[in-house]
Amino acid sequence: MKLPKPEELISNVNLKKLPSKFWMDTLPVEFKPGFYCYGAKGKNLAYVDFPNARDFSVTDEDWRLPEDWKNIVINGIKQRLERFRTFHVFMDICVRCGACSDKCHFFIGTGDPKNMPVLRAELIRSVYRKYFTLGGKIFGRNGGARDLDIDVLKELWYYFFQCTECRRCSLFCPYGIDTAEITIIGRELINLLGLNTDWISGPVANCYRTGNHLGIEPHTMKSTLEFMCNDIEEITGIQIEPPINKKGAEILFVTPSGDLFADPGIYNAMGYMMLFHEIGLDYTWSTYASEGGNFGFFTSLEMAKRLHSKIYEEAKRLKVKWILGGECGHMWRIWHQYHNTWYGPIDFLEEPVSPITGTKFEHAKSTKIVHITEFTADLIRHGILKFDKSRNDNLIVTFHDSCNTSRGMGFFEEPRYVIKSVCNNFYDMPDETIREQTFCCGGGSGLNANEIMELRMRGGFPRANAVRYVREKFGVNLIANICAIDRATLPPLMNYWVPEVRVSGVTELVANALIMKGEKERTMNLRMEPLPGKEEQ
Amino acid sequence: MGIGLSLIAVLGLILFAYFGTAVLGLNALFGIVFPYTAFIVFVVGFIYRVVKWGKSPVPYRIPTTAGQHYSSLGFKQNKIDNPSTGWGVTLRMFLEVFAFRSLFRNTKAELLEGRLYIGSSKWLWLGAIVFHYSFLIIFLRHLRFFTTDTIWALSLLESVDSFFQIHILGSPLLYITDIAILASLLYLIGRRFFDSKIRYISLPSDFFPLFLIIGIVTTGVLMRYFFPVDIVAIKELTVGLIYLNPVIPKEIGSLFYIHLFLVSTLFAYFPFSKLMHMAGVFLSPTRNLANNNRMKRHVNPWEYLVKHRHYEEYEDEFREKMKKAGIPVEKE
Repeated sequence: MKLPKPEELISNVNLKKLPSKFWMDTLPVEFKPGFYCYGAKGKNLAYVDFPNARDFSVTDEDWRLPEDWKNIVINGIKQRLERFRTFHVFMDICVRCGACSDKCHFFIGTGDPKNMPVLRAELIRSVYRKYFTLGGKIFGRNGGARDLDIDVLKELWYYFFQCTECRRCSLFCPYGIDTAEITIIGRELINLLGLNTDWISGPVANCYRTGNHLGIEPHTMKSTLEFMCNDIEEITGIQIEPPINKKGAEILFVTPSGDLFADPGIYNAMGYMMLFHEIGLDYTWSTYASEGGNFGFFTSLEMAKRLHSKIYEEAKRLKVKWILGGECGHMWRIWHQYHNTWYGPIDFLEEPVSPITGTKFEHAKSTKIVHITEFTADLIRHGILKFDKSRNDNLIVTFHDSCNTSRGMGFFEEPRYVIKSVCNNFYDMPDETIREQTFCCGGGSGLNANEIMELRMRGGFPRANAVRYVREKFGVNLIANICAIDRATLPPLMNYWVPEVRVSGVTELVANALIMKGEKERTMNLRMEPLPGKEEQ
Repeated sequence: MGIGLSLIAVLGLILFAYFGTAVLGLNALFGIVFPYTAFIVFVVGFIYRVVKWGKSPVPYRIPTTAGQHYSSLGFKQNKIDNPSTGWGVTLRMFLEVFAFRSLFRNTKAELLEGRLYIGSSKWLWLGAIVFHYSFLIIFLRHLRFFTTDTIWALSLLESVDSFFQIHILGSPLLYITDIAILASLLYLIGRRFFDSKIRYISLPSDFFPLFLIIGIVTTGVLMRYFFPVDIVAIKELTVGLIYLNPVIPKEIGSLFYIHLFLVSTLFAYFPFSKLMHMAGVFLSPTRNLANNNRMKRHVNPWEYLVKHRHYEEYEDEFREKMKKAGIPVEKE
């Protein structure tokens, strides 16, 4: 489907004038092309034992639901109310003050009132009221309650797949109501009926089988890494042998598989290997734990746990001391906020200590997982790495804070410190669009499918708008980030809104500036483009 | 939605109380039975709701982090917005509850000629904080009706509240909070009328408490400034309620009973409504937990084992390919 021109896309969005019709009266929802992902394939659902596995097409009148689907959803809600205080409290205490209403990138980009976080939550809250509260039972519609029927279910589906779980609204909510939590649970309910999307359930099935979303089998992963090492040799003259499934290595390195496959992630993967080689790190890749990302997280927490299990199992099998994690958003949200609860206490690993600087990562003493960016920041701080920053002088860099590492960790200074150490030109975007207030790339939480490009361009508009600002003010031409989803979603977003701006991971910038022992004079960057001042005459 | 309905409901309550007392003379019902019932419903309902929330465990530690995290690398931590200790959480919660810190962060998004502008927007914060503090002070001021002795702290509160020493038409000193609460209520209800977004999301249960509180404040203001009531008689009633020895003095007019009935309604309505945000804010796991997940394990009481694909199965499927590629395997 062809997209409208950028200047036309949001010209008819009006955030000040919303429809006057009461929101419960607008059913059935219209599935607009470009706004919904394709339905899941039965074989992918069946592979991981998801319920009601069958091919599912969103626009079909009949969703081929189980006979008692309504009970399944209502019992599902009940179970989750009893299991999650978040969900229970968030269903009850919203006062609809509207502070969250214009914080959502999807609302700003679409003007669709049901994309206001408060209303997204009301969609399911209204069902909750009907079946679980006295007021809802007595007053019905006037109590903000409504029956669950097929049209309501379709509406829930449509809007829970228009939320990227970025938590920006949660920041502004006076009670900390977290729409991501509500969407996570909403999608769990949807998943009970086999209503997942193809873009999510495909990678989940892949990940279960091969260890990674892309379905890269072990021998392919090895040859991919070797190809990258050939490129590294061509650029630097240094030969690197990537360690794979190496028992007894000190560190297991896990990164999203996006870094092994697509531009510009692959340059980041090359960067990791160059950095590790330079400092002589005793580490290993794993073909089994070949994915840090976790699309299971976008189906159910149980599936997320099933997929991430391999990382600890592999750490145990390979007898490593601790785990080093690459640049990724939701991988880090899971590692930071869920993992230790799922698998702990993790006593077969050791408290992470940098073998190079001796720094103890005390803040990771329980999970034993260290972020590559903090690891690199520590190396730089100790003066271990030598840089030729001028190699990045053609770049005017800004940094996109990824939602998950921002509002799920508070990881703001490390990437900036690293970027400033390797680049001479760095400019932050405006305050209300970075750090904890950062805007989503528009394609997180499994919404980076191509069939919803219009939704992505709209949802990514607030981010792109801020990039355009620093582009015009400072001439920014590169947006760096520490998230594999960003590396996949930002290139088309930039291409659409701010075509002059390219996208890279942070480690790519590090490796490009890194002066390696025994390297030849570099003339090319990691993308094999001429370095500044080395252009052919 | 629900503006008319809520307004009619509150007017109905007023008429009901007027009819009940002025016409039918059921003063004991409105002065004793309803207040006691409402109070019991409030206490029992409030506790029930909180206990029910409390019974749902907090499986995962998922604070919304709003500043730099604690790290042993020494980057400066934002200890309030991203606390890593109990003290930090206490401070964060204190500011959340007493200063509405998250609401203070509020911004406004505007689209102009295809560009997005985000500006600061503190009006909602101001309206909310004025309303809540005025309500609190008015509530505390009313405690004098329930004590036989004068408490110095309450006297102090009253004199501060009437600091400007203004009299309207010879009536008692004007309380600042009376003006403030009415102004903030008008703002809060006004934005539900005039802001298209807020109007869209509003439900009857958003308008009803606003109208109800406006009714309470209005009847209170009328009694204090315009149609003076017999304070001594009222105090006889209120003190009687407190000492479980209720009496109905003869001289109190219907205006007071309307006021009391609306207050009773508010109390009884409270546990079933969104007003429970008062308790809920303390229980919100995105705010009341420390962000120390990598340092300290959080335990989920219902965590269960899940089926996952073990390495052995993986190797079984790919062993030949792995061997051919020279990747080490467990079983040759």
